[in-house]
Order: sequence, then structure tokens, then C-alpha cells
Amino acid sequence: MRKTPVTPVQVTGTVLTTRRVDAYHALTVVAPGIAERFRPGHFVAVAVGGAQTSMLTRRAFSVHDVKPDYGGTVEFVFAARGPGTAWLAERRARDTLDLVGPLGRPFPLPRDPVNCVLVGGEYGSATLFAVADALQQRGCRVDFVLGAASADRVFGALRARRMGETTTLTTEDGSLGLRGRVTDVLPGVIADVRADAVYACGPMPMLRGVTAVAVEFDIPVQVAVEERMACGVGVCMTCVLPVIGDDGVTRMVRSCVEGPVFRGERVRFDDVGTIPFDALGAPGGGSRNNVG
Amino acid sequence: MSVDMRTYLGHVELINPITTAAGCAASGSELAQFFDLGRIGALTTRSITMAPRAGRPTPRMAETPSGMLNAVGLQGPGVDAFLERELPWLAQRSVRTVVSIGGGTVAEYTALARRLTDAPGVSAVEVNLSCPNIEDRGRVFARDGAASAEVVASVRSVMRYDVPVVAKLSPDVVDIVSVARACVDGGADALSMINNPLGMSIDTEAMRPSLAAVTGGLSGPAIRPLAVRCVWQVHAALPGVPIIGMGGVLTGRDAFEFILAGACVVAVGTALFHDPYACLRILRELEELLAARGFHRLADAVGLAHRPPGAPTRHRIDLEESSL
Repeated sequence: MRKTPVTPVQVTGTVLTTRRVDAYHALTVVAPGIAERFRPGHFVAVAVGGAQTSMLTRRAFSVHDVKPDYGGTVEFVFAARGPGTAWLAERRARDTLDLVGPLGRPFPLPRDPVNCVLVGGEYGSATLFAVADALQQRGCRVDFVLGAASADRVFGALRARRMGETTTLTTEDGSLGLRGRVTDVLPGVIADVRADAVYACGPMPMLRGVTAVAVEFDIPVQVAVEERMACGVGVCMTCVLPVIGDDGVTRMVRSCVEGPVFRGERVRFDDVGTIPFDALGAPGGGSRNNVG
Repeated sequence: MSVDMRTYLGHVELINPITTAAGCAASGSELAQFFDLGRIGALTTRSITMAPRAGRPTPRMAETPSGMLNAVGLQGPGVDAFLERELPWLAQRSVRTVVSIGGGTVAEYTALARRLTDAPGVSAVEVNLSCPNIEDRGRVFARDGAASAEVVASVRSVMRYDVPVVAKLSPDVVDIVSVARACVDGGADALSMINNPLGMSIDTEAMRPSLAAVTGGLSGPAIRPLAVRCVWQVHAALPGVPIIGMGGVLTGRDAFEFILAGACVVAVGTALFHDPYACLRILRELEELLAARGFHRLADAVGLAHRPPGAPTRHRIDLEESSL
């Protein structure tokens, strides 16, 4: 099945560069221990607020880029939404950051050179470029579909154009590319490039739509989910979602340890935010008889 | 100069006073990626229930000032899977394990204790009394001294004689001392306090409660003064009973505060989410603090803040401590 996860490390990394990318921020941090263990799809959990912080939960971000400079750097992309990400957005070069990583299960990659469509929503596309790189090294064809609400929230369009055979952009307000959502153009792209597999990262509703399209075409889809986490290492049990296991039993699994990458058709998107009645251990004894 | 950090939980010797708090270390293997679990006094499991539990819907967590709210709902694999996989995994690595148990009826607690009594690798059993009592209109056991005592007594009666039974108390009560006394009278060998007080936050963007379960347990430094007060009151009333103190321990100084208030063991919970190495860091900081104040033994500091004004700090005052 899947390879065993790598062992994460905690490092105090030095910020190398910070940049604004339209509506987002990108931080590059010197973190050799994390960079050398990184595989596409991994994420990092970042402590925010400094030593005397009153913000005790870590913020999880998927890794956008890993470079060998200074022994190894990792870059992650985020939107300044609350006090924690606002604090991160204020970091400058030479500040230190406390990171734990690499965390989670990375994207499984095909053994053979096949055609892959990479679908990114908002800054979820950040995690796709390392995937694209790994796929191209295996001789795969890579095409991108990136979308967001507006032009300033589409992340990595230029890079996608450089890397992908084709890049299709969508915005809900029509300010960039086609007006609409990624799921509007995805069937056409899959058909045109004769895609064998789909990789996706972005908001839950988008992943749900992308999975539906891939299922329609009967091709495998790997999704990286975004769930709110407190620790990122699997001890707080707050980032669960209902996923169907190999045995057909639905379990509430942690997106930080068992995920964030899942086979799309295994995630019960319609039931996220609930405990499905037939989940293992659901109130009223769902699946109680097939405890494996 | 090194400090003798050994402590006792009932008659069980721990190499140091730092443990994980129930429900904050999952199955143990997650933290073992970061450090050797044998280096902390003990690991406390999440609350084990008879049947597997899926827990509560998400969102289960909300960050609050210096703390967080959680409503996980005792998600876990159930006692069979725990005894089959998780406990043996800990036992093989010689991790001293405090097994937390949770149930909705006295019979369920008793059945759990019976399942644990012949399992190898159980150093102590912690009775999570903050579960809703199914038989009593969903009222939480911990809010009622008699109900708590009944659970503790039944667990004590079936548990192996050499495994201490610890009662975990909630601060959401009128008088924590009376609940503590009832539990000790019911046969508790030690007390652990505090469980999460109940809190709530509202998402002002969505204008809805932040948690799917509406209310959740408040944890982190926000509750430390409340926890220290509870430990202080119970230690003053029952000086001979060992106390596992917990609630917002983030640093060695915080752990020392609990020890001075009367705890002989200190559990680390929410801090683990912030820093997977929190237990070892807190242990090191605590040892340095004790050494800096001239202590040779941790035991000499337990409950020391209770000494009368003007009494010397270096000589143990006779509080009839049976715990050490």
C-alpha cells in the first residue's frame, strides 16, 4: 500500500524571504531537517505569535517549494485571515519561526508515465508544483486547471503556464481566464488531454466537485484536504473527516496523519461536518458489528 | 547539582512527575516520533470506552485567548482494539501507562476496569468522571459526589489491588473538596484535577457557535489559576492524598506552581499541541527551577506553599504526607 510516513522534526527556522503574491503571502524559511525529508503533498505546522504567545494552536500550511539553498529551505503560502496568519504576514527576513514537519501523507505518484491533470483552488494550488515536478521527472504529462473567486486569488498561474502542457484558469468574477469554476472546465480538459489521473488541492466544496468529475470519467483522483487543525501531529483529534476505508467501513480519520491526501472517492464530502450514521462508532452503534 | 525527581502515584514510583494529560497524546505512537516516551513519568491514554466511538462532528476545536475549546467526544477505537494494539505497543516499550476510562453507566466503568485488570502494562487507572451519566438524565458524574464515589468504588472493587485508581475531577462543581472527599471515601488512591471546565465561543463571522457541539472543554493557560485553586483547596483538605495537577501547564514554572499547591504529579495537555516536546522541556525547566532554589528532592517541594507564614522553606513541615 502506502509507504510509511517519514519522521517529522521540530525546527527553529530563520526566515529567508517574504513576499506578497497578489492576495497571499509567501514565507521562505531555512529548515534543512524538513527540506531533506520533504515529499510532494507534505505540510508544515507553524507556531504563531512568538515566545509569549496566547495563540496555542499551530497553523498548518502545505509546502509550496523546497530548495537546497542554505542546507534546505521550505516555502509556504497563506492568506492573512485571522490574528495568527496576520502575525505570520508581518515576519521579515532573519526572524525565526518554529516549524514542525514534514507532516501528513504525501501524494502517491504513478509508476508509469501517464497524463495527469492538476487542479488547484485558491492558494491550494501551492502544493501542486512539487507534485508537477515529481510527475514530470517520471515522464508524465502535466496539465493545470487553476481557479479562484477573482484574479488576485489565483495562485501560481505563471508558474503553471511554464510547467504545464496546458493551463486553464477560471475565476468566478471573470477577471482572469474563463468565468466560472474549475469544475466547469475540468471535464473538457480531462477529455482533451486523455487524462489518466487527477490531483487536486483546494477548498472542500471544490474537491467535492473535482472528485465527482473524476468519478464520472472513471479515473483516479487524489485530493489534499484542508481541515482546521490544532497540532498537526495527530494528538488533538480535531481535524477528522469521514473516509471510507479499504474494508468499506467509514471511519472518522485525522486529516493530519491519515491525510491530508486521500483518494477522492473515499472522502464522504457530503458528510463532512457530521458523523455519518453508519460510521464506525457513530452514536446508536453504526458499524458496530464489523469492528475489524 | 541534580535533583531527585522521583515521585509516587499511590505506591507506584514514577521516575519524574511529568505525565501527559488524558486525551492529549492519542495512542502514544504519535509523540514517540519526537521523543522516547520512557523519559517521562507516565503516559496517560485517551479515555477508553467499551465500544468504538466516532466522537463529535467537526468543527471540534476553537482557539481562545491563551487556550482552546475542544469537543472531540471521546473518539477512540474501543477497549478491544486498545487492548489488542495500543496497550501492548506501550507495554513493549516499557512506557508507564495511566489508562483513562470513560463510560455512561457504573456498569460500563466496572466492565472496563475488569477488562484492564489482567492486562499487562497498566500502571494506574484514571476514571474520567466527566462523562454524562446515562442513567441520571445525562448529568455528569463528576458534578455529584455520590455518583462519582459509586463509580470509583466499583472500579476499585474489581481493579487489581496493586493498580492505583485515580479519580479525575471537574472544576464545574459547587464544592470540589466535597467531591474529592467522596471519591477518596469511595476508594480512590489518588485524585487528578482538573478536567476541562465547559466553555463556549461564537464565530462572529458566521454568527454561529464556533463548535459543532456548541459547548466544549476549555483548556490551556487560561484555566491555570482555576486549576491551581482546585489543587490548593483539595490538598489543604486532604493532605495525604496524592494529586495529579493539570490545567494550562506550559513551562517548568507552571508545573512548579502545581507542585507548590500540593500536586506530586503534573500532567501536560494543551501544551503538547503547541510543542510536541513540551513534556521534556517542562521537565528540564522544572528540574532547573528546583536546583536553583536549593532543593535536593522534588518531594520536598510538594505542597510547600501551604506552610505557615514565616516557616522555613528548607525543612519539610510535617503535614502527615502519606503520598511521599
